[in-house]
Amino acid sequence: MKLSKTLIALAMTAALGTGAASAQVNVMLPAAPGGGWDGTGRQAFQALKDAGIYTDGVNFTNTGGAGGTVGLAEFLGTSTGQPDALAVFGAITVGAIQLNSSPINLADFRPVARLTAEYLVVAVAADSPYNTLADLVADLKADPGAHPIGGGSAGGVDHIAVALLAQEGGIPVADLNYIPQTSGAETVTAIVNGTLTAGVSGTSEFAQFAEQGRIKLLGVTAAERRTNLPDVPTFTEAGYPIELANWRGILAAPGAPDDNYAQWVDRFTQLSKSDAWKAVLETQGWDDYFLAGEDFGAFIAQETATQGKVLKDAGLVN
Amino acid sequence: MQTFGLLLDGFAVAVQPVNLMWALVGSLLGTIIGILPGIGPALTIALLLPITTTLEPTSAFIMFAGILYGAMYGGSTTSILLNTPGEAGSMMTALEGNKMARAGRGAAALTTAALGSFVAGTIATLALTFAAPAIAELAFYFKPADYFALTTLAFCSVAVVMGNSRTRGFISLFIGIAIGVIGIDSMSGQPRLTFGVMQLLRGVELTVVLVSLFAVGEMLYVASRFRSAPAAMASVKGQAWFTREDFARSWKPWLRGTLIGFPMGALPGGGSEIPTMLSYTLERKLSRHKDEFGHGAIEGVAGPEAANNAAAAGILVPLLTLGLPTSATAAVLLAAFQNYGLQPGPFLFTSNPALIWGLIASLYIGNVMLLVLNLPLVGIWVQLLRIPRPQLYAGILVFAMIGVWGLAGSWTDLAIMLVIGLMGYVMRVYDFPIAPVLIGLILGPMAETQLRTALAAGQGNPIVLVSTPLSGTLMVIALLFLAVPPLLRRLRANA
Repeated sequence: MKLSKTLIALAMTAALGTGAASAQVNVMLPAAPGGGWDGTGRQAFQALKDAGIYTDGVNFTNTGGAGGTVGLAEFLGTSTGQPDALAVFGAITVGAIQLNSSPINLADFRPVARLTAEYLVVAVAADSPYNTLADLVADLKADPGAHPIGGGSAGGVDHIAVALLAQEGGIPVADLNYIPQTSGAETVTAIVNGTLTAGVSGTSEFAQFAEQGRIKLLGVTAAERRTNLPDVPTFTEAGYPIELANWRGILAAPGAPDDNYAQWVDRFTQLSKSDAWKAVLETQGWDDYFLAGEDFGAFIAQETATQGKVLKDAGLVN
Repeated sequence: MQTFGLLLDGFAVAVQPVNLMWALVGSLLGTIIGILPGIGPALTIALLLPITTTLEPTSAFIMFAGILYGAMYGGSTTSILLNTPGEAGSMMTALEGNKMARAGRGAAALTTAALGSFVAGTIATLALTFAAPAIAELAFYFKPADYFALTTLAFCSVAVVMGNSRTRGFISLFIGIAIGVIGIDSMSGQPRLTFGVMQLLRGVELTVVLVSLFAVGEMLYVASRFRSAPAAMASVKGQAWFTREDFARSWKPWLRGTLIGFPMGALPGGGSEIPTMLSYTLERKLSRHKDEFGHGAIEGVAGPEAANNAAAAGILVPLLTLGLPTSATAAVLLAAFQNYGLQPGPFLFTSNPALIWGLIASLYIGNVMLLVLNLPLVGIWVQLLRIPRPQLYAGILVFAMIGVWGLAGSWTDLAIMLVIGLMGYVMRVYDFPIAPVLIGLILGPMAETQLRTALAAGQGNPIVLVSTPLSGTLMVIALLFLAVPPLLRRLRANA
């Protein structure tokens, strides 16, 4: 009886858990199953396989927490100098490293490819008096404390977007009453029930609630208006020249062998042009945001500097 | 009666042989993962997400629904028989259920759990069918102050009701809150109580604590008392099955559990833990057999088991009607919808009625399937208790370690398991109740976030905490919980 139960347990763990033992590439997904990074990693490798670019085994590890810094630290420990070791990460990791004083330095890793982006939108309740970003910024300027704004975790891209908007509007970032919410869904409920004056989240999370008529979208952080949200002006159109994306990408292990690293950059470059990947972007509603190799490295360095400055202005890091 | 017609169409979809098969697969899988500690419905569905590329959406969601309901059925089995909750939603079941099993009434406990799950599942599915849009609106009325008052009430009632002394109850509660604080503070992004250990940044997983306190602590306790304990567990032969009296004592808790579980499941953060706990507290207050609580009261199994199944249906309400995920499982289900390029919400009811109503109809079918699966199994499960204790507990330990390892494959988790297991043993020896630790761990972070959100939004004015009618009322009840018993005692002493 018990033996059979234990066997079931083992079989379940084997079947549900790790996947093939003969895996050729190890991929660190520094988030819980079901989240954005998990989806990015799994979908990208599925598309690599469907497009016939990389068809060998893949061994995924999910280690979530702290904006990906826990997973990346583990990756650093187990994979430094190894070929065929990759990790998924994104814009949120950049801020999280500085906030948690994490020992990780993104510059140590080898940048493979930036894959996707999701733009952010600012929303207010449907019955709110604000109809433009300028209306909102004017009231924020008059009394920042009385107008709480919500979004993702402190120091995350949502927070950065609000901080940049405040800076453009001449409001001291440290005066903002930014309240982190645990999910986009909670941000929406808090906007609707009046706890928050405004909220920030990814377009995919807010679009449907705007369609339901519960919230109004005042602005999007993309360079051009979104095709699915033709009536929402960009921040730049509204007079605040800000462009910000919640991007996701792939890193190789620090000290990965040059030929192996070049091979992965090449594979992801092929992926970005494949129909399989375009189909994934289409169904998931992700934007193509491809950038490979050292260019991506330069982009990471630039993001680290921008976000670091905003976090300092917000009084979140010293 | 348009709903009724749509539901009938849904049944036409759900009884197609291929969909019936997926419902069965889901129910079986759900029951198994419910029994296994560590693997919950959220993780299982997440790991099954890749199959959505090959499976038709209706079939996939019918299977996922089976997993969701099945986990609630299965979780009760190990709680009752082995005092090791397989699921967070079934931890309250362990309190009374395991005592019943030791008193030779395991079969009755399992039966009331299975029947209660069935009754609650069916009523909640009916409510989901006919009242979903109205209930979904609740989510938009609850403010941070209301949530904070709700958690405060839960803290006070649990610390006072559980165990023999309120001092011990509160100490247990605060231990739980302290464990809940470990990790990154979600409001400021700063690490707390991590002592420089990287792995602690992501916090302590509830399942690890659950398994350690119940399984490891219990095992150490039994091992330490083994010489002086009677050699065999309570015999299971000739056990009384479900008697008329059991039924008479169970049906009201089933209904009350459903009433608590369904709307709570629909609220963000409600999940299945809070309703089971509130149901337990309520049954303990209302029971005419108060003296049996803590020694195996059937009401204490019937209520929470009904509540957790009703909550499982409850989480589908805001998910399907608003596209609002209120728990981890719901968030994974949302990801599954998005994999198909579907966005749950009011539009899905009109754009894809076959999927939605097929899913709802399959919930009815899955419920019947689970009852048919689980009732005959009761006889087999209770045989577990005939295994000699050294082997049984060794088995549980192996089982628990596989579960914890399976969570993240992390050595840190195993180390935490050892430390908390030892703590569980000490608590057991000195008669500290375990449930408040778990309540503190689950609700502590939620209470903190809501408190800070409420205060930040109110610019630091504490009045906002009682500014809504609901928060005011709940706070008063919480105060009464604390103040009334000692007052009564003093009055009685003076009289």
